[in-house]
Amino acid sequence: MSEGGAFSRPGARFDRILGAVVWLAAGGIAAVLIWITGDTLQRGLSEVDIAFLTTEPTDAGRRGGIVSVVVSTLMILAVTLTAAVPLALGTAVFLADVSARWSAAAAVVRWSLDVLAAVPSIVFGLFGNALFCVVLGLGYSILSGGLTLACMVLPVMIRTAEQALRSVPAELRMNAAALGLRRTARLWHIEFPAAVPGMAAGLVLGIGRALAETAALIFTAGYATRMPTSVMDSGRALSVHVYELAMNVPMGDRRAAATATILMILVLCITSAASSLLHRRRIFRRSEA
Amino acid sequence: MTAAAISTVTLFVVVLFLIREAFPALTSPGLHRFLTDESWHPLSNRFRMTPMAAATAATTLGALVLAVPVGVASAVFVRFYAPAAAGRAFRGLLELMAGIPSVVFGLWGLLVLVPLLAGHGHSGQHLLAAICVLALMILPVVALSAAAALNAVPESLLVAAAALGLSRPSVALRIALPAARRGIAAGILLALSRALGETMAVVMVAGNVVQFPDSLTRPVRTLTGNLALELGYAGPAHRSVLFASALMLMLAAAVSVSLARVVEGRPDE
Amino acid sequence: MQRVPCLIWMSAAVVLTAMTGCHQERTIAAAAGDAGSGTVRGELTITGSSTMAPLVAEIARRFMARHPAVRIDVQSGGSGKGIQDVRSGIADIGMSSRALQAVESDLEVFPVAVDGVALIVHRSNPVSELTPEQVVAIFTGKIRNWSAIGGPDQPISVVHKAEGRATLEVFLTHFQLRNPDVRPDVIVGDNEHAVRTVAGAPGAIGYVSIGTATADVQSGVPIRLLPLDGIPADCEAVAAGRFPMSRPLILVVRHDRRPLTDVFLRFCRSEQVDDIITAQYFVPAAR
Repeated sequence: MSEGGAFSRPGARFDRILGAVVWLAAGGIAAVLIWITGDTLQRGLSEVDIAFLTTEPTDAGRRGGIVSVVVSTLMILAVTLTAAVPLALGTAVFLADVSARWSAAAAVVRWSLDVLAAVPSIVFGLFGNALFCVVLGLGYSILSGGLTLACMVLPVMIRTAEQALRSVPAELRMNAAALGLRRTARLWHIEFPAAVPGMAAGLVLGIGRALAETAALIFTAGYATRMPTSVMDSGRALSVHVYELAMNVPMGDRRAAATATILMILVLCITSAASSLLHRRRIFRRSEA
Repeated sequence: MTAAAISTVTLFVVVLFLIREAFPALTSPGLHRFLTDESWHPLSNRFRMTPMAAATAATTLGALVLAVPVGVASAVFVRFYAPAAAGRAFRGLLELMAGIPSVVFGLWGLLVLVPLLAGHGHSGQHLLAAICVLALMILPVVALSAAAALNAVPESLLVAAAALGLSRPSVALRIALPAARRGIAAGILLALSRALGETMAVVMVAGNVVQFPDSLTRPVRTLTGNLALELGYAGPAHRSVLFASALMLMLAAAVSVSLARVVEGRPDE
Repeated sequence: MQRVPCLIWMSAAVVLTAMTGCHQERTIAAAAGDAGSGTVRGELTITGSSTMAPLVAEIARRFMARHPAVRIDVQSGGSGKGIQDVRSGIADIGMSSRALQAVESDLEVFPVAVDGVALIVHRSNPVSELTPEQVVAIFTGKIRNWSAIGGPDQPISVVHKAEGRATLEVFLTHFQLRNPDVRPDVIVGDNEHAVRTVAGAPGAIGYVSIGTATADVQSGVPIRLLPLDGIPADCEAVAAGRFPMSRPLILVVRHDRRPLTDVFLRFCRSEQVDDIITAQYFVPAAR
């Protein structure tokens, strides 16, 4: 579609105008993003070295490194995805593929998810603290934090996965059904592969939101900077560490910027790995079919 | 089915939890006080929340007005105008942006944006600063979901339109965008919820004075900002009032989501 | 259809539950251990004031280095949270940077450190000292321009704190102000937020923890601390008890606490932690 020649001449001027507008929009976004990251990198990069990546923080984070914080962050993310991805897929399938009998229920689910998405993260934090830490007895732990984040990222993952499934062409589904494929097989072999790019977007948004969260984690996963040994240990996430250094520890801002740098690199690695994994699967499926 | 049930139950558990915590405030100062008191000074028994509700609405709408056109335009860019490599790189940028912690946005806002916006008689921490930072935060949500929705429009439809002699802008604006509108709307709704619920970044740049947002250069405090500022330090009674305000926020979310539904029409088929 | 994801989810839940079980056994074993034997062992959870969390976390680190069988988790979240957690029994010790309210008098209080609160202005501001009357007039909106008190022709931007914050209470009490009378231009949260706001606005005036402000001045942030009643705002004046506006940083515990809690409280109040308190820019409490 990116070849302009495929289209006819009369729209050429309009084409140039729209082209300029969208290039401007994209360029603007890129410029602001480079501004923000450049600003962070410029303040933080000088603090990043091997020692910073391999030692635990001391002196409230002003000295030492962040290795235990990185490990905690990855563990929290793992718990979040383990809990949220299957739930999100299941719900999305229900919503996208729902029979008329259940359409009222689907509307309720959809509505409640949209409302859930607007709950302030700090309320999720207190809710997670009350439910997971206290009622379920998990205490301040990586498990509590991960499960709280799972509740938080559910709406965004479900909504994007649902949209992706919904946009699978109806003929594809009907053909599969006509060929006598059972519903499960149809989902697994036809609809999921076709919906993968959309789902990848949801996954990326969910991971991003989870890694970026601060308020909810202070009350659930906690603040301890010790190296975690199990999901029952309390562990400080990178974003909490950034907030703590930037807003609460005098002279912590260079370290905050350094930690933010590492966090952004981590986000980049994880999201690109996630989306490339999913895209590879899709291509494989397509050539197979 | 089971999964859907669990997801829905999550909402109701959250709401029940909020009601339980807010209950003392709902009975003792009472709901009407949130509307009629003269100011918000909970330790002096004044509980007026309407300016904060208005500020929440103003920041959220402002951020959407900025972010939606830019986000959708950039999605059109990725789908129709970008050379393949640039499109991929740009998507990568958006994904990176989605993962920047709100604290980093807030810090950037506080250290870079606020001094730029500062003018005579105000410090630069005000409604406009909050809107700008929020808009940046929800941009990737709008852009990525719009790009995914555009991507999901069947290739055959676009090729057919092009074959009928439609120019590229016509295909993009008249065929692809309408076909993808449901996905784009879902993305906007998510962005709206995200903007309503954002806490840390807003606190860092909004100025946080409790007053009506009658000018872009007024410092304002949103309901979520209020929670972040006061909840950690509140005594029992104060805490309960804050939970009541969280409940109001969810109510606002419920109303706006329902309204969006009505405007959008029936979501199914 | 959704059977596969559900299965994954359920098996994950089972695994996680199993892990929880293990952990609880460990806790019980640890709790049983500290009853009679001479060595100090067990687990402590400390929550509360974000101002105190970095300090207490460092104290806990040193304590754990001396008693390897002890595990202490320090959690942040605000003074109110700390007090609430101790009362409900989730935490063994709460950290509070504000005094207890009357309804919270069921708890016992142990001061650890003292923190002064000082007025700060931008470094470029030529005003060297303010009388208490001028401060009150500025914060209640009666003086709106620095030129009224001998400064440049520049509007004053009043940086205030959110209701309930410990520094705000100290400030209001000292100047005998009522919070509804204050006319703020900006309201901030944590200390560093206040410092950054004042540093970014030449006409601003605010008040923050002396420790925080001193550390920031040393690292080159363009702010200046104003003396109060002629007494310079620095850690020496606070340590000597001369500085008029200060607050205690306290640990709060229940009456029915465990022996390990007492061992840790004694450690926090001993000379062995003075260097940590000073390094975090606070002043050790009088013993």
